[in-house]
Amino acid sequence: MFSRDTLRLNAEAEVARITSWLRETLGQLHRRGFVVGLSGGIDSSVSCALAVRAVGKERVFGIFMPEKDTSDDALVLGTKLAATFGVETTIENIGPALTTIGCYERQIQAIRTVEPAFGAGWKFKLILPSILKADRLNVTRLVVESPAGATTSHRLTAGAYSQLVAATNYKQRLRKVTEYYHADRLGFAVVGTPNRLEYDQGFFVKLGDGAADVKPIAHLYKSQVFQLAEYLGVPAEIRARMPTTDTFSLAQSQEEFYFSLPYDKMDLCLYALDNSVPIQEVARATDLPEETIRRVYQDIEGKRRTTAYLHRAPVLLEKVLAEKPPVRKAPVASVQMVEG
Amino acid sequence: MDITAQVRQFILTNFYLPDPTALTDDTSLLQSGVIDSTGVLEVISFLEETFGVAVDDEEMIPDNLDSIARIRAYLDRKRSPAATVDQAVA
Repeated sequence: MFSRDTLRLNAEAEVARITSWLRETLGQLHRRGFVVGLSGGIDSSVSCALAVRAVGKERVFGIFMPEKDTSDDALVLGTKLAATFGVETTIENIGPALTTIGCYERQIQAIRTVEPAFGAGWKFKLILPSILKADRLNVTRLVVESPAGATTSHRLTAGAYSQLVAATNYKQRLRKVTEYYHADRLGFAVVGTPNRLEYDQGFFVKLGDGAADVKPIAHLYKSQVFQLAEYLGVPAEIRARMPTTDTFSLAQSQEEFYFSLPYDKMDLCLYALDNSVPIQEVARATDLPEETIRRVYQDIEGKRRTTAYLHRAPVLLEKVLAEKPPVRKAPVASVQMVEG
Repeated sequence: MDITAQVRQFILTNFYLPDPTALTDDTSLLQSGVIDSTGVLEVISFLEETFGVAVDDEEMIPDNLDSIARIRAYLDRKRSPAATVDQAVA
Protein backbone atom coordinates (compact mmCIF):
# COMPACT_ATOMS: atom_id res chain seq x y z
CA MET A 1 0.00 0.00 0.00
CA PHE A 2 1.39 3.38 -1.03
CA SER A 3 1.92 5.71 1.94
CA ARG A 4 4.44 8.03 3.54
CA ASP A 5 6.28 4.92 4.67
CA THR A 6 7.01 4.12 1.04
CA LEU A 7 9.74 6.75 1.23
CA ARG A 8 11.15 5.51 4.52
CA LEU A 9 14.87 4.85 4.23
CA ASN A 10 17.26 2.48 5.90
CA ALA A 11 19.24 5.52 7.02
CA GLU A 12 22.30 3.63 8.18
CA ALA A 13 22.65 1.75 4.89
CA GLU A 14 21.96 4.85 2.80
CA VAL A 15 24.55 6.91 4.66
CA ALA A 16 27.08 4.11 4.15
CA ARG A 17 26.27 4.01 0.44
CA ILE A 18 26.58 7.79 -0.02
CA THR A 19 29.77 8.15 2.01
CA SER A 20 31.43 5.28 0.17
CA TRP A 21 30.52 6.96 -3.11
CA LEU A 22 31.81 10.34 -1.88
CA ARG A 23 35.19 8.84 -0.97
CA GLU A 24 35.50 7.08 -4.29
CA THR A 25 34.38 10.15 -6.26
CA LEU A 26 36.79 12.45 -4.45
CA GLY A 27 39.61 10.20 -5.60
CA GLN A 28 38.33 10.23 -9.17
CA LEU A 29 38.20 14.03 -9.08
CA HIS A 30 41.76 14.20 -7.67
CA ARG A 31 40.61 16.56 -4.93
CA ARG A 32 41.48 16.21 -1.25
CA GLY A 33 38.34 17.40 0.55
CA PHE A 34 34.97 19.07 0.25
CA VAL A 35 33.76 22.68 0.37
CA VAL A 36 30.14 23.17 1.45
CA GLY A 37 28.18 26.41 1.44
CA LEU A 38 26.18 26.47 4.67
CA SER A 39 22.77 28.16 4.71
CA GLY A 40 21.43 26.87 8.00
CA GLY A 41 18.95 24.77 6.03
CA ILE A 42 18.41 21.03 6.09
CA ASP A 43 19.99 20.24 2.70
CA SER A 44 23.35 21.92 3.21
CA SER A 45 23.44 20.58 6.78
CA VAL A 46 22.94 16.98 5.70
CA SER A 47 25.39 17.39 2.82
CA CYS A 48 28.00 18.73 5.22
CA ALA A 49 27.38 15.92 7.70
CA LEU A 50 27.71 13.32 4.94
CA ALA A 51 30.98 14.87 3.77
CA VAL A 52 32.35 14.76 7.32
CA ARG A 53 31.22 11.16 7.72
CA ALA A 54 32.89 10.31 4.40
CA VAL A 55 36.32 11.92 4.71
CA GLY A 56 36.59 13.38 8.22
CA LYS A 57 36.07 16.89 9.57
CA GLU A 58 39.62 18.00 8.66
CA ARG A 59 38.76 17.56 4.97
CA VAL A 60 35.55 19.58 5.01
CA PHE A 61 35.40 23.39 4.85
CA GLY A 62 32.16 25.29 5.44
CA ILE A 63 31.35 28.75 4.13
CA PHE A 64 28.64 31.14 5.31
CA MET A 65 27.74 33.66 2.62
CA PRO A 66 25.19 36.11 4.02
CA GLU A 67 23.89 39.25 2.34
CA LYS A 68 21.32 41.81 3.39
CA ASP A 69 18.28 39.60 2.69
CA THR A 70 19.64 36.54 4.50
CA SER A 71 17.45 35.55 7.44
CA ASP A 72 18.73 36.27 10.92
CA ASP A 73 18.82 32.64 12.01
CA ALA A 74 20.86 31.36 9.05
CA LEU A 75 24.23 32.13 10.60
CA VAL A 76 23.16 30.96 14.05
CA LEU A 77 21.96 27.61 12.75
CA GLY A 78 24.89 27.19 10.38
CA THR A 79 27.34 27.88 13.19
CA LYS A 80 25.60 25.30 15.35
CA LEU A 81 25.82 22.76 12.54
CA ALA A 82 29.54 23.41 12.03
CA ALA A 83 30.18 23.10 15.75
CA THR A 84 28.24 19.84 15.92
CA PHE A 85 30.41 18.26 13.27
CA GLY A 86 33.65 20.10 14.09
CA VAL A 87 33.96 21.72 10.68
CA GLU A 88 36.23 24.73 10.07
CA THR A 89 34.26 27.61 8.59
CA THR A 90 34.61 31.13 7.33
CA ILE A 91 32.16 33.98 6.74
CA GLU A 92 32.14 35.62 3.34
CA ASN A 93 29.73 38.56 3.29
CA ILE A 94 28.69 38.76 -0.36
CA GLY A 95 26.57 41.90 0.21
CA PRO A 96 29.21 44.47 -0.88
CA ALA A 97 29.97 42.50 -4.04
CA LEU A 98 26.25 42.24 -4.84
CA THR A 99 25.92 46.01 -4.38
CA THR A 100 28.89 46.69 -6.64
CA ILE A 101 27.66 44.38 -9.36
CA GLY A 102 24.23 46.03 -9.29
CA CYS A 103 22.10 43.19 -7.92
CA TYR A 104 20.00 45.30 -5.55
CA GLU A 105 19.77 48.34 -7.82
CA ARG A 106 18.55 46.22 -10.71
CA GLN A 107 15.99 44.54 -8.45
CA ILE A 108 14.71 47.94 -7.31
CA GLN A 109 14.56 49.21 -10.89
CA ALA A 110 12.37 46.25 -11.89
CA ILE A 111 10.08 46.58 -8.86
CA ARG A 112 9.59 50.31 -9.39
CA THR A 113 7.92 49.59 -12.72
CA VAL A 114 4.86 48.60 -10.68
CA GLU A 115 5.55 50.19 -7.26
CA PRO A 116 7.34 53.52 -7.81
CA ALA A 117 7.68 54.18 -4.06
CA PHE A 118 9.73 51.00 -3.47
CA GLY A 119 13.00 51.75 -1.71
CA ALA A 120 14.64 51.71 1.71
CA GLY A 121 12.55 49.92 4.32
CA TRP A 122 10.40 48.09 1.76
CA LYS A 123 10.46 44.32 1.35
CA PHE A 124 9.39 41.98 -1.43
CA LYS A 125 9.03 38.40 -2.60
CA LEU A 126 7.77 36.50 -5.65
CA ILE A 127 4.87 34.07 -5.38
CA LEU A 128 3.11 31.61 -7.67
CA PRO A 129 -0.66 31.12 -7.79
CA SER A 130 -1.94 27.96 -6.15
CA ILE A 131 -2.87 25.24 -8.60
CA LEU A 132 -4.67 23.24 -5.95
CA LYS A 133 -8.15 24.58 -6.60
CA ALA A 134 -7.93 25.57 -10.26
CA ASP A 135 -5.91 24.92 -13.39
CA ARG A 136 -3.68 28.01 -13.36
CA LEU A 137 -0.62 28.89 -15.40
CA ASN A 138 2.56 29.57 -13.46
CA VAL A 139 2.45 33.34 -13.68
CA THR A 140 4.51 34.75 -10.83
CA ARG A 141 3.31 37.79 -8.86
CA LEU A 142 5.36 40.31 -6.97
CA VAL A 143 4.37 40.98 -3.36
CA VAL A 144 5.73 44.16 -1.75
CA GLU A 145 5.47 45.36 1.81
CA SER A 146 5.80 49.04 2.67
CA PRO A 147 7.71 50.22 5.75
CA ALA A 148 4.30 50.68 7.42
CA GLY A 149 3.52 47.01 6.83
CA ALA A 150 0.98 47.42 4.01
CA THR A 151 1.17 44.55 1.54
CA THR A 152 0.23 44.73 -2.14
CA SER A 153 0.49 42.25 -4.99
CA HIS A 154 1.41 43.09 -8.59
CA ARG A 155 1.77 41.38 -11.94
CA LEU A 156 5.05 42.38 -13.54
CA THR A 157 5.71 42.75 -17.23
CA ALA A 158 7.83 39.99 -18.72
CA GLY A 159 10.78 42.36 -18.98
CA ALA A 160 10.58 43.52 -15.37
CA TYR A 161 10.04 39.97 -14.09
CA SER A 162 13.01 38.63 -16.05
CA GLN A 163 15.22 41.48 -14.81
CA LEU A 164 14.17 40.86 -11.21
CA VAL A 165 14.94 37.14 -11.45
CA ALA A 166 18.19 37.71 -13.33
CA ALA A 167 19.37 40.26 -10.76
CA THR A 168 18.45 37.94 -7.90
CA ASN A 169 20.37 35.09 -9.55
CA TYR A 170 23.55 37.06 -8.89
CA LYS A 171 23.22 35.85 -5.30
CA GLN A 172 23.43 32.14 -6.11
CA ARG A 173 26.11 32.72 -8.71
CA LEU A 174 28.29 34.85 -6.47
CA ARG A 175 28.02 32.26 -3.73
CA LYS A 176 29.22 29.58 -6.13
CA VAL A 177 32.14 31.74 -7.28
CA THR A 178 33.10 32.12 -3.62
CA GLU A 179 32.84 28.39 -2.98
CA TYR A 180 35.14 27.71 -5.91
CA TYR A 181 37.64 30.29 -4.65
CA HIS A 182 38.03 28.24 -1.49
CA ALA A 183 37.89 24.95 -3.39
CA ASP A 184 40.76 26.11 -5.63
CA ARG A 185 42.71 27.42 -2.65
CA LEU A 186 42.37 24.16 -0.73
CA GLY A 187 42.34 21.65 -3.58
CA PHE A 188 38.84 20.62 -2.53
CA ALA A 189 35.72 19.66 -4.51
CA VAL A 190 32.50 21.69 -4.23
CA VAL A 191 29.45 19.95 -2.82
CA GLY A 192 26.11 20.84 -4.43
CA THR A 193 23.19 20.49 -2.05
CA PRO A 194 19.98 20.06 -4.07
CA ASN A 195 17.55 17.38 -2.96
CA ARG A 196 15.57 15.35 -5.48
CA LEU A 197 12.64 17.77 -5.64
CA GLU A 198 14.92 20.69 -6.41
CA TYR A 199 17.06 18.78 -8.87
CA ASP A 200 14.16 17.15 -10.70
CA GLN A 201 12.06 20.30 -10.87
CA GLY A 202 14.89 22.62 -11.85
CA PHE A 203 14.73 24.67 -8.68
CA PHE A 204 18.25 26.02 -9.00
CA VAL A 205 20.22 28.68 -10.83
CA LYS A 206 22.35 27.52 -13.72
CA LEU A 207 26.00 28.18 -12.84
CA GLY A 208 24.75 29.22 -9.43
CA ASP A 209 23.58 26.69 -6.88
CA GLY A 210 23.22 24.29 -9.80
CA ALA A 211 27.01 24.13 -10.21
CA ALA A 212 29.04 21.64 -8.18
CA ASP A 213 31.46 18.73 -8.40
CA VAL A 214 29.29 16.29 -6.47
CA LYS A 215 25.61 16.31 -5.46
CA PRO A 216 25.27 13.70 -2.73
CA ILE A 217 21.56 14.10 -1.95
CA ALA A 218 20.17 14.85 -5.43
CA HIS A 219 18.63 11.36 -5.53
CA LEU A 220 16.81 11.75 -2.19
CA TYR A 221 13.30 13.04 -1.65
CA LYS A 222 13.12 15.91 0.81
CA SER A 223 11.47 13.76 3.45
CA GLN A 224 14.36 11.30 3.08
CA VAL A 225 16.83 14.13 3.64
CA PHE A 226 15.05 14.79 6.94
CA GLN A 227 15.38 11.10 7.82
CA LEU A 228 19.13 11.21 7.19
CA ALA A 229 19.39 14.45 9.19
CA GLU A 230 17.96 12.72 12.22
CA TYR A 231 20.23 9.71 11.80
CA LEU A 232 23.33 11.87 11.31
CA GLY A 233 22.60 14.03 14.36
CA VAL A 234 21.84 17.32 12.63
CA PRO A 235 20.67 19.73 15.39
CA ALA A 236 16.94 19.65 16.08
CA GLU A 237 16.54 23.41 15.42
CA ILE A 238 17.70 22.89 11.84
CA ARG A 239 15.41 19.90 11.36
CA ALA A 240 12.47 21.91 12.69
CA ARG A 241 13.05 24.95 10.49
CA MET A 242 10.59 25.52 7.65
CA PRO A 243 12.34 25.19 4.26
CA THR A 244 12.71 28.69 2.78
CA THR A 245 14.33 30.20 -0.27
CA ASP A 246 16.14 32.76 1.93
CA THR A 247 16.56 34.84 -1.21
CA PHE A 248 14.10 37.71 -0.91
CA SER A 249 13.62 40.35 1.77
CA LEU A 250 10.12 39.11 2.69
CA ALA A 251 9.93 35.71 4.34
CA GLN A 252 8.92 33.12 1.79
CA SER A 253 8.29 29.40 1.73
CA GLN A 254 9.60 27.24 -1.11
CA GLU A 255 5.99 26.18 -1.61
CA GLU A 256 4.75 29.65 -2.53
CA PHE A 257 7.78 30.42 -4.71
CA TYR A 258 8.14 27.22 -6.69
CA PHE A 259 6.55 23.98 -5.52
CA SER A 260 2.80 23.62 -5.62
CA LEU A 261 2.54 21.58 -2.41
CA PRO A 262 4.31 21.19 0.94
CA TYR A 263 7.43 19.09 0.47
CA ASP A 264 6.04 15.92 2.06
CA LYS A 265 3.13 15.81 -0.39
CA MET A 266 5.32 16.86 -3.31
CA ASP A 267 7.63 13.95 -2.48
CA LEU A 268 4.73 11.52 -2.65
CA CYS A 269 3.35 12.95 -5.90
CA LEU A 270 6.76 12.92 -7.58
CA TYR A 271 7.38 9.33 -6.51
CA ALA A 272 3.89 8.27 -7.53
CA LEU A 273 4.16 9.86 -10.96
CA ASP A 274 7.53 8.25 -11.67
CA ASN A 275 6.47 4.85 -10.36
CA SER A 276 2.95 4.73 -11.83
CA VAL A 277 1.22 4.43 -8.47
CA PRO A 278 -2.59 4.23 -8.94
CA ILE A 279 -4.05 7.69 -8.40
CA GLN A 280 -6.58 6.41 -5.85
CA GLU A 281 -3.69 5.33 -3.64
CA VAL A 282 -1.97 8.70 -4.11
CA ALA A 283 -5.17 10.50 -3.13
CA ARG A 284 -5.42 8.40 0.02
CA ALA A 285 -1.76 8.93 0.98
CA THR A 286 -1.74 12.68 0.32
CA ASP A 287 -5.31 13.48 1.35
CA LEU A 288 -5.73 15.37 -1.93
CA PRO A 289 -8.53 15.05 -4.52
CA GLU A 290 -7.60 13.10 -7.64
CA GLU A 291 -8.25 16.19 -9.76
CA THR A 292 -5.69 18.14 -7.76
CA ILE A 293 -3.14 15.35 -8.11
CA ARG A 294 -3.57 15.40 -11.89
CA ARG A 295 -2.87 19.13 -11.86
CA VAL A 296 0.23 18.56 -9.71
CA TYR A 297 1.40 15.93 -12.22
CA GLN A 298 0.94 18.43 -15.06
CA ASP A 299 2.88 21.00 -13.07
CA ILE A 300 5.71 18.52 -12.44
CA GLU A 301 5.91 17.63 -16.14
CA GLY A 302 5.74 21.30 -17.10
CA LYS A 303 8.62 22.24 -14.82
CA ARG A 304 10.69 19.34 -16.12
CA ARG A 305 10.06 20.58 -19.64
CA THR A 306 10.84 24.23 -19.04
CA THR A 307 13.93 23.65 -16.88
CA ALA A 308 15.56 20.97 -19.04
CA TYR A 309 17.90 23.67 -20.32
CA LEU A 310 19.26 24.21 -16.81
CA HIS A 311 20.55 20.64 -16.74
CA ARG A 312 22.28 20.86 -20.10
CA ALA A 313 26.06 21.06 -20.27
CA PRO A 314 27.51 23.31 -23.00
CA VAL A 315 26.62 21.75 -26.32
CA LEU A 316 29.46 20.88 -28.71
CA LEU A 317 29.11 20.38 -32.43
CA GLU A 318 30.90 17.05 -32.15
CA LYS A 319 32.61 14.93 -29.53
CA VAL A 320 36.02 16.36 -28.65
CA LEU A 321 37.30 14.44 -25.64
CA ALA A 322 37.53 10.65 -25.62
CA GLU A 323 35.29 9.24 -22.92
CA LYS A 324 36.88 7.17 -20.21
CA PRO A 325 34.51 4.96 -18.24
CA PRO A 326 34.66 5.71 -14.51
CA VAL A 327 36.45 3.11 -12.43
CA ARG A 328 34.20 1.62 -9.78
CA LYS A 329 35.46 -0.55 -6.98
CA ALA A 330 32.00 -1.75 -6.04
CA PRO A 331 28.60 -1.52 -7.66
CA VAL A 332 26.40 1.25 -6.29
CA ALA A 333 23.05 -0.16 -5.26
CA SER A 334 19.82 1.76 -5.37
CA VAL A 335 18.46 3.85 -2.49
CA GLN A 336 18.51 1.82 0.70
CA MET A 337 14.87 1.58 1.72
CA VAL A 338 13.39 0.01 4.79
CA GLU A 339 12.33 -3.51 4.00
CA GLY A 340 8.79 -4.60 4.55
CA MET B 1 -4.67 41.68 -40.41
CA ASP B 2 -6.79 38.84 -39.06
CA ILE B 3 -6.53 38.28 -35.30
CA THR B 4 -5.25 34.74 -35.72
CA ALA B 5 -2.58 35.95 -38.11
CA GLN B 6 -1.58 38.74 -35.70
CA VAL B 7 -1.17 36.28 -32.84
CA ARG B 8 0.80 33.89 -35.03
CA GLN B 9 3.08 36.66 -36.21
CA PHE B 10 3.72 37.80 -32.64
CA ILE B 11 4.65 34.30 -31.55
CA LEU B 12 6.93 33.70 -34.52
CA THR B 13 8.60 37.09 -34.16
CA ASN B 14 8.91 37.22 -30.39
CA PHE B 15 9.92 33.61 -29.65
CA TYR B 16 12.27 31.33 -31.52
CA LEU B 17 10.96 28.42 -33.54
CA PRO B 18 13.50 26.61 -35.70
CA ASP B 19 10.67 25.36 -37.93
CA PRO B 20 7.80 27.92 -38.08
CA THR B 21 5.72 25.57 -40.24
CA ALA B 22 5.42 23.20 -37.26
CA LEU B 23 3.34 25.80 -35.40
CA THR B 24 -0.29 25.04 -36.13
CA ASP B 25 -3.25 26.85 -34.63
CA ASP B 26 -3.69 23.96 -32.21
CA THR B 27 -0.05 23.46 -31.18
CA SER B 28 0.28 23.61 -27.39
CA LEU B 29 2.59 26.55 -26.80
CA LEU B 30 3.59 25.24 -23.38
CA GLN B 31 4.04 21.56 -24.16
CA SER B 32 5.94 22.29 -27.36
CA GLY B 33 8.32 24.51 -25.37
CA VAL B 34 7.56 27.63 -27.42
CA ILE B 35 6.72 29.59 -24.27
CA ASP B 36 7.46 29.20 -20.57
CA SER B 37 6.05 31.11 -17.61
CA THR B 38 7.87 34.27 -18.68
CA GLY B 39 6.56 33.75 -22.18
CA VAL B 40 3.03 33.66 -20.80
CA LEU B 41 3.62 37.15 -19.41
CA GLU B 42 4.82 38.28 -22.82
CA VAL B 43 1.72 36.88 -24.51
CA ILE B 44 -0.51 38.60 -21.94
CA SER B 45 1.22 41.95 -22.47
CA PHE B 46 0.82 41.53 -26.22
CA LEU B 47 -2.89 40.79 -25.92
CA GLU B 48 -3.50 43.71 -23.56
CA GLU B 49 -1.53 46.22 -25.64
CA THR B 50 -2.63 45.07 -29.07
CA PHE B 51 -6.28 44.22 -28.49
CA GLY B 52 -7.09 46.45 -25.53
CA VAL B 53 -8.29 43.66 -23.27
CA ALA B 54 -7.48 43.24 -19.58
CA VAL B 55 -6.42 39.68 -18.76
CA ASP B 56 -7.54 38.84 -15.23
CA ASP B 57 -5.53 36.48 -13.03
CA GLU B 58 -8.25 33.84 -13.07
CA GLU B 59 -8.19 33.91 -16.87
CA MET B 60 -4.54 32.86 -17.01
CA ILE B 61 -5.33 29.24 -17.69
CA PRO B 62 -4.26 26.86 -20.47
CA ASP B 63 -7.78 26.85 -21.90
CA ASN B 64 -7.39 30.54 -22.76
CA LEU B 65 -3.73 30.90 -23.66
CA ASP B 66 -2.12 27.60 -24.64
CA SER B 67 -2.50 27.74 -28.44
CA ILE B 68 -3.18 30.23 -31.19
CA ALA B 69 -6.72 28.88 -31.56
CA ARG B 70 -7.40 29.13 -27.83
CA ILE B 71 -6.05 32.67 -27.71
CA ARG B 72 -8.27 33.58 -30.67
CA ALA B 73 -11.32 32.07 -28.97
CA TYR B 74 -10.46 33.82 -25.71
CA LEU B 75 -10.14 37.16 -27.48
CA ASP B 76 -13.45 36.62 -29.23
CA ARG B 77 -15.13 35.97 -25.88
CA LYS B 78 -13.47 38.95 -24.22
CA ARG B 79 -14.39 41.33 -27.02
CA SER B 80 -17.95 40.14 -27.50
CA PRO B 81 -20.75 42.52 -26.45
CA ALA B 82 -21.87 40.00 -23.80
CA ALA B 83 -18.44 40.08 -22.17
CA THR B 84 -18.50 43.87 -22.16
CA VAL B 85 -21.89 43.81 -20.42
CA ASP B 86 -20.61 41.24 -17.90
CA GLN B 87 -17.56 43.38 -17.11
CA ALA B 88 -19.73 46.48 -16.77
CA VAL B 89 -22.02 44.66 -14.34
CA ALA B 90 -19.03 43.26 -12.39
